[in-house]
Amino acid sequence: MIALLASSWLNTDPTVFVETLLNGLAVGSVYALIALGYTMVYGILKFINFAHSDVVTWGAWVSFTIAAAVAAAIGWTFTGGAARPAPLWLGPTLLVCTMLVCGAIGFAIERLAYKPLRSAPRLNVLITAIGVSLLLQNVGQLQFSFLPGWLKFPFGTQPQSFPQLLPAEPLATVIGVKLYWIDLIGFGTAVSLMVALEWLVYHTKTGRMMRAVSYDVRTAALMGIPVDRIISFTFVLGSMLAAAAGLLYVTKYPGNLLQTADTTWVLLGLKAFVAAVVGGIGNIRGAMLGGFLIGLIELFGARYLDPGLRDVYVFSILILVLLFKPTGLLGSTVREKV
Amino acid sequence: MDPFRRRTLELSPSRLVAAARSVLPFIAVLGVALGVHALLYRWQIDDGGVFFYSKILMDIGISIILAVSLTMVNGFTGQFSIGHAGFMAVGAYTGGVVTYYGAMKLFDPANFAAGYLSRSLPMDGPLFGAADGLFLAACLAAGLLAAGLGYLVGLPSLRLRGDYLAIVTLGFGEIVRVIIERSRNVLPDAEAAAKVPAAALPLHVGGASGFTGLQPFTSPFWVILLAGLTVVFAWRLKYSSLGRAMISIREDEIASQSMGVHVTRLKVMAFVVAAFFAGVAGCLYAHQTGIQLTPKDLAFQKSFDIVIMVVLGGMGSISGAVLAAAFVTALPEWLREPTSVWMYGLIALCVVAVFADRRLRAALWVVGLTAGAELLLTVARRAGIELSQYRMIIYALMLILVMIIRPQGLLGLNEVWEIGPFRRLRRTPVAPARGAAAPAGPGGSP
Repeated sequence: MIALLASSWLNTDPTVFVETLLNGLAVGSVYALIALGYTMVYGILKFINFAHSDVVTWGAWVSFTIAAAVAAAIGWTFTGGAARPAPLWLGPTLLVCTMLVCGAIGFAIERLAYKPLRSAPRLNVLITAIGVSLLLQNVGQLQFSFLPGWLKFPFGTQPQSFPQLLPAEPLATVIGVKLYWIDLIGFGTAVSLMVALEWLVYHTKTGRMMRAVSYDVRTAALMGIPVDRIISFTFVLGSMLAAAAGLLYVTKYPGNLLQTADTTWVLLGLKAFVAAVVGGIGNIRGAMLGGFLIGLIELFGARYLDPGLRDVYVFSILILVLLFKPTGLLGSTVREKV
Repeated sequence: MDPFRRRTLELSPSRLVAAARSVLPFIAVLGVALGVHALLYRWQIDDGGVFFYSKILMDIGISIILAVSLTMVNGFTGQFSIGHAGFMAVGAYTGGVVTYYGAMKLFDPANFAAGYLSRSLPMDGPLFGAADGLFLAACLAAGLLAAGLGYLVGLPSLRLRGDYLAIVTLGFGEIVRVIIERSRNVLPDAEAAAKVPAAALPLHVGGASGFTGLQPFTSPFWVILLAGLTVVFAWRLKYSSLGRAMISIREDEIASQSMGVHVTRLKVMAFVVAAFFAGVAGCLYAHQTGIQLTPKDLAFQKSFDIVIMVVLGGMGSISGAVLAAAFVTALPEWLREPTSVWMYGLIALCVVAVFADRRLRAALWVVGLTAGAELLLTVARRAGIELSQYRMIIYALMLILVMIIRPQGLLGLNEVWEIGPFRRLRRTPVAPARGAAAPAGPGGSP
């Protein structure tokens, strides 16, 4: 990593380097937000929530649907030649609404699909998670042609272009480096959400209960912690972060609002999962660190090596980490007992 | 002679009988493949337009190879691979390179023709052509290369289990897809191919736009033959000491290791064998009529399809995997133009009435399911809903419901004839693992 950074610094224009760095941080913050959801669920239930990446997708599409509804209500066009920038209050409103909707989705998934399997083998939960993932993907791109207009909630089979929430021109240019609104706001939102999560987990009573459940479910239950409620809460929290990540992602790449079953979304989720593993799965700070690392590695690899192989870099890192330090950077070793 | 030895000799068949028994399945598979191929071929000559059925038959056969081979990994050893389509893609492209460039380099185009066995559509040609041998070689090469990669992917499985392994296999499948997408354009003819060094030919497989120009060698004969061989292989594996050792790993890895099972070797072996068959299936898939081979079609969605088949059929049940593969492959075709289901219900009712242990309960189930399906169809027809677009939703719901209601899959480790309704067909007690459970004892279904 350091060698890669150093060589790219030496070889090229420093402005490009700094721009790649900023880009990497912006993308990395999205990965980190998604990775947090994976890592929190893994920390408590010890399985990979495959459906998490689809909550991200739904977050993006739900915010698009809300934005389209708002546009129709206030007479604002965001596509074609007559497109105007969004009103300033739209971004925060979308963020809050999407997080609420996806929190509800996360709650429903946990209660309906995962709770009946609390004592089942992990493989079964994993398969169920794949089932939930397929369900969300395919429900999301249905056409409910027989329903009246305002009820056609899922999002259809066409890719859409996300409205421009922030000005496209750079906020400032510092010694030749362009600083964009979206990178700044996106990064700021992601980091403040992470700080809020950190505070919630390490400085509140609920957070202490979450950590206790993650440490040992049975003992936590014996100590009077409402385990089911805490697990649901964790899911809701993870899904809300995923929703925020989805919104930030399509704000950064407006053209990438593809159908819900598209490979792009699954790859996004997989990279975030890799970030969680690299940081040490189950470890909240590790997920943040891993997210930024993966974002940087991907963008630097794409910029200075071969852009077509960006997914390959990420997966090679996953395989390397799993082979040489399976517990990740910040994870702790767990001994298996018979 | 001591009595034990005498008894052993009594039980063990003569050498001739044993040899016959060991080759009989292969002869049967070959016969069925030839027979069905001839029938379909004849039928198509007599009245055209039935290619639809042989197409579905070939799709099902390829799915069977994939599902049964994944059963060896996911069902027998209890690992969880969701990158099976990656091996399939490797096999498909290897086979494609062998037949496409092999035909250019090794054969004179005038002499190169597909024989009777490699033609799924009636057309002129010899009984045996050079293409038949080349296609068989392509299938073998596809399987071997995929098996080699299976070894590489199987190695991490020594250190990983459960979800980590799943993610690594998924990542492997994606890496295969990305690498294929970055390959160069297909060389159109022998002249262009002559300019490229032979070792660089595999780089020219068409990238994201697909490998065009592959000839349709896949016929019902090859599909049935190879699917049959896969099933026989899986069968013998499952009931051999190796297979039982594999299943013991799935049940409890640490316990089986302490009993002397070589866990590492068996896990990798399962991966290699499954990858081999997936590669063969990929080769068959690549040479199907009307298929444009693109890396996108062999992405993780395909892997998930195979996982759905294995899970629905039951983790470790070969006949379950076969049935589920047929069901999952044929359902979309049926959903495109759904016919009434009450007739199937009636047939099922007859079967239940003759064989089932608890007839009333089973009959009620059949009646309820049929009525439900019929109601759904009617509602869909009235509302003008295209059911085929709900295919994946139906699978996803089935996956979740099966996991919640019947975690071991529909059949579990059992084969079809070992479960309740059909157990009466056999006079003897079935699986020794079940202990002294009488064939038609109370509490029929397991």
